[in-house]
Amino acid sequence: ACSNIRGVFLVFFFLERKLWNLPLLYDFQEELVIRPLHSGDIYASFQFRTVWETDFTRGNKVSHYRLFPKSLGQVISKFSVRELHISFTQGYWRTMQWGQPFQPAPPGAELWVWFQDSVTDVDSTWKELTNVLSGIFCASLNFIDSTNTVQPSASFKPLGIGNVTDHRFLRYATLPREIVCTENLTPWKKLLPCGSKAGLAVLLKSEKLFHSSFHSQAVHIRPMCQDWECKTTSWELRQTLNVVFDLHTSAQGKREWSLFKMFSRTLTEACPLASSSKIYIDITDNPEQFEVSPATPLLSQASVLGDRRTFSVYDLTQQITFGTVRSLNLLIRWKSSEGDMLRPLLHGERYVAGYGLQTGEIHTLMYNYHPYRSFPVLLLDSVPWYLRLYIHTLTVTSKGKDNKPSYIHYQPSKDRVRPHLLEMLVQLPPNSVTEVTVQFERALLKWTEYTPDPNHGFYVGSSVISSLVPSIVAMDTNSTRERPLFSSFFPCKEESSYFVRVYTEPLLVNLPTPDFSMPYNVICLTCTVVAVGYGSLYNLLTRSFQIEEPNPGLAKRIANVIRKMRGVPPL
Amino acid sequence: MAAPLTLLLILAVTIRAALYRSSLADLIAERVEVVSPLTAWKRVVEGLALLDLGVSPYAGDVFHETPLIIYLFHFLVDYAEITFMVSAINDVFVVPIQFRKQKYALEAERYPLDCLELIRSPKEMYYIPLKVAMFYLLNPFTILSCVAKSTCGLNNAVIALFILTTIKGNVLLSAIFLSLATYQSIYPLTLCAPALLYLTQRQYIPVNFRRFSFWWFVAQYAFMYLGSLFVMICLSFFLLGSWDYLPSVYGFILSVPDLTPNIGLFWYFFAEMFEHFRLFFLCVFQINIFFYTIPLSIKLKEHPVFLIFMQLAVISIFKSYPTVGDIALYLAFLPVWSHLHRFLRNIFLVSCVLLACSALFPVLWHLWIYAGSANSNFYYAITLLFNVAQILLVSDYFYAFLRREHHLSYGLYLKRKDGSEATLVLK
Repeated sequence: ACSNIRGVFLVFFFLERKLWNLPLLYDFQEELVIRPLHSGDIYASFQFRTVWETDFTRGNKVSHYRLFPKSLGQVISKFSVRELHISFTQGYWRTMQWGQPFQPAPPGAELWVWFQDSVTDVDSTWKELTNVLSGIFCASLNFIDSTNTVQPSASFKPLGIGNVTDHRFLRYATLPREIVCTENLTPWKKLLPCGSKAGLAVLLKSEKLFHSSFHSQAVHIRPMCQDWECKTTSWELRQTLNVVFDLHTSAQGKREWSLFKMFSRTLTEACPLASSSKIYIDITDNPEQFEVSPATPLLSQASVLGDRRTFSVYDLTQQITFGTVRSLNLLIRWKSSEGDMLRPLLHGERYVAGYGLQTGEIHTLMYNYHPYRSFPVLLLDSVPWYLRLYIHTLTVTSKGKDNKPSYIHYQPSKDRVRPHLLEMLVQLPPNSVTEVTVQFERALLKWTEYTPDPNHGFYVGSSVISSLVPSIVAMDTNSTRERPLFSSFFPCKEESSYFVRVYTEPLLVNLPTPDFSMPYNVICLTCTVVAVGYGSLYNLLTRSFQIEEPNPGLAKRIANVIRKMRGVPPL
Repeated sequence: MAAPLTLLLILAVTIRAALYRSSLADLIAERVEVVSPLTAWKRVVEGLALLDLGVSPYAGDVFHETPLIIYLFHFLVDYAEITFMVSAINDVFVVPIQFRKQKYALEAERYPLDCLELIRSPKEMYYIPLKVAMFYLLNPFTILSCVAKSTCGLNNAVIALFILTTIKGNVLLSAIFLSLATYQSIYPLTLCAPALLYLTQRQYIPVNFRRFSFWWFVAQYAFMYLGSLFVMICLSFFLLGSWDYLPSVYGFILSVPDLTPNIGLFWYFFAEMFEHFRLFFLCVFQINIFFYTIPLSIKLKEHPVFLIFMQLAVISIFKSYPTVGDIALYLAFLPVWSHLHRFLRNIFLVSCVLLACSALFPVLWHLWIYAGSANSNFYYAITLLFNVAQILLVSDYFYAFLRREHHLSYGLYLKRKDGSEATLVLK
């Protein structure tokens, strides 16, 4: 078994060498990581990576697209995009029960883009880009406008190459209310080179994928180096899909998972256009507690999210993986349910305190579970303009004492134009909870500005907590040569710390509402009151006092009229 | 006179100090009837905090005070309570002094004999300053406004100083304080007319449009007024180095973007307005305040002090963000016209409605915002009723004033042609 593993390592080694030394014009890799979670749920993460050596920015129109989807290539060249990250998520990632995800995403839709330096009017380019992406992904991204777009000053540094510090070219927007469904999955699958016809993408069936606790699909585009000297840059497109299947709804309570149970399909072949197509099953946690079948001799070790994990590898490009039945249905069966999982070191929560529809308080809690190290985190909060934040009420407390942030960037909102932006660098003491509170006041909007269901409430997007977390388990430097996709997504430093981005829950806040059936009545009544004022003053200004002559009765008046007609003096 | 006044001052200061230290202070400072987005103390503190953070207070939409307030409170923020109490007391000293000057001695011989009972005796007038002080200092509206540290108190103090200097006849100071009042909120601009009328009367310049002396005086006053206004605007520019405050303060007052409920008529009206007509009705409502100046000045050209009262009342009722502090200012004038009580027709009804509405405001607010069992229409209805009551009060006093003038000219007990008692009507 040991020599087999070494042999396999050599094969990988040569393949990787090929990737690094000889610049390949096109490359497509697909991968699926299955991680059984401690609670009995199962986490599946798909990644499809296309690398293409081309230059969108030079101005010469690229017209021959092979593996790279044409729609996205045209988007990059037309809008001078340097980096694009878009995600659609349904559900909220429960960090304390499930650990850290490979690609975190907030509920709803999230889009952040770095534009090239050559863009002159970033705001109008952003508006056009969101509309085009809304068409490509069949999502209502056209609701992204200046009232929910912010320009972070410290978070969301570029993930690709580039030495940029000018945050004027960065835009970040989130739509917490956005719902993800099959209409979003289908265009996403169409962007894959093999579509959903071959390779791992055949498993992506919407009736099973959306019947889950958490579903997140994302597209990440960034420029990257082709070789160590970075003489040529190429564009990398990663499509990721993370899904967590619930033990009780998908597995009927039995701790036994299989590909068929999860996706109602089995695998028959790899995508022919892929240079590598692999399935990794995480067997670090108590390998004696569950068994995986069919067994595989291939093993891989990787350091991901500060933890050294062992994976069983199934290489779909090898015909032997499919066995005699020509289909692969992995089976994971638990033998016992003991053991505990590694507690995540950084966790965030957020809620609204207060009662009534006039004021409230946003509380953000950040947990640092590291036993002895403190580390700084960058907190980004974007609050819509109709919740008026009072920044003088901002308090940051850790362990009961005041914890002053070392960097605060606050951009106040302008009514109906832009939202609040609060970015803070907070040092979290070890093994503690840090609470950030800020008071707000709820505004009364014009009756046309409410959504059709105003009493549902208004969503406030998730806070973003970004940090370089020191890991408890040191990273093994020997294993940096072979770099599986899931560990190379975020940049890792040589010392044992890893980048983590945690999203808190979105908030649902009620605003006071006027009566929507009353516009005409209100206009009439208020104008009546103003007219009462006008009328009384007009009377007093234009009339003068006179002695009143008593009015004769009706009979006498009629008699007087008849007398006048007769020419006789009146009574 | 000094002793009861001092006693009254001590009582007023005690009440305010006691309320400042109690837990009610925070509760009152959040009431929408007492503070508005223009005058709230919380927003002043927020503006100063933004300045400390290095962000312009006018970059956001929370702070709508003028830069001179920033200047003032940058140094006085720890002594805020004392500042507001001083401004309240200032009002009191200012307001009664003016009414010592009544035209009693000048005109006694002009009136018919049976009107003597209409003329006020010096004894009555002796107590008017004390009554005015009591009406202002012990008015619950004023106390609430002071405890909430609403900057309405400062605006009222400036207007009171303007009235004092006008009555004293000091043209320069009158122009300066009027421009300061206009700079704080635009509406005191309408007080130019009564100020001009009073000052021309005092200087025995007849108000005749064909006379050069009248126009010369008007030009002088306008020059002083516009000059001091210009100086203040330039000083404000130099505080922050930008003109951002102009749309933030004056644009905010005139275009009413913030629809926070208050006791006025604007908020619900513009919350429910059809977008197409918004600008039209905005202009109508704003012109409504300035529109009564000229007719009232023509009718009341011999009585500029009553004209000041009428103008203040119209501003307080129809301004875009009224609070109870504004109402307290013109209510303080009512004891001055105590001789009009025999001609008031609706005073009982009006006072009952005002009391009932003042009690119902917090109840219906709680039901709408906290209990959720009422909706915004309830609070809006009380707003309407409150404003109707105020309008009735003001027009009632106007009626009584005009009627007294009529009686002073024609006699108190009028008889018809056949000798029976006559009734007067407006025709």
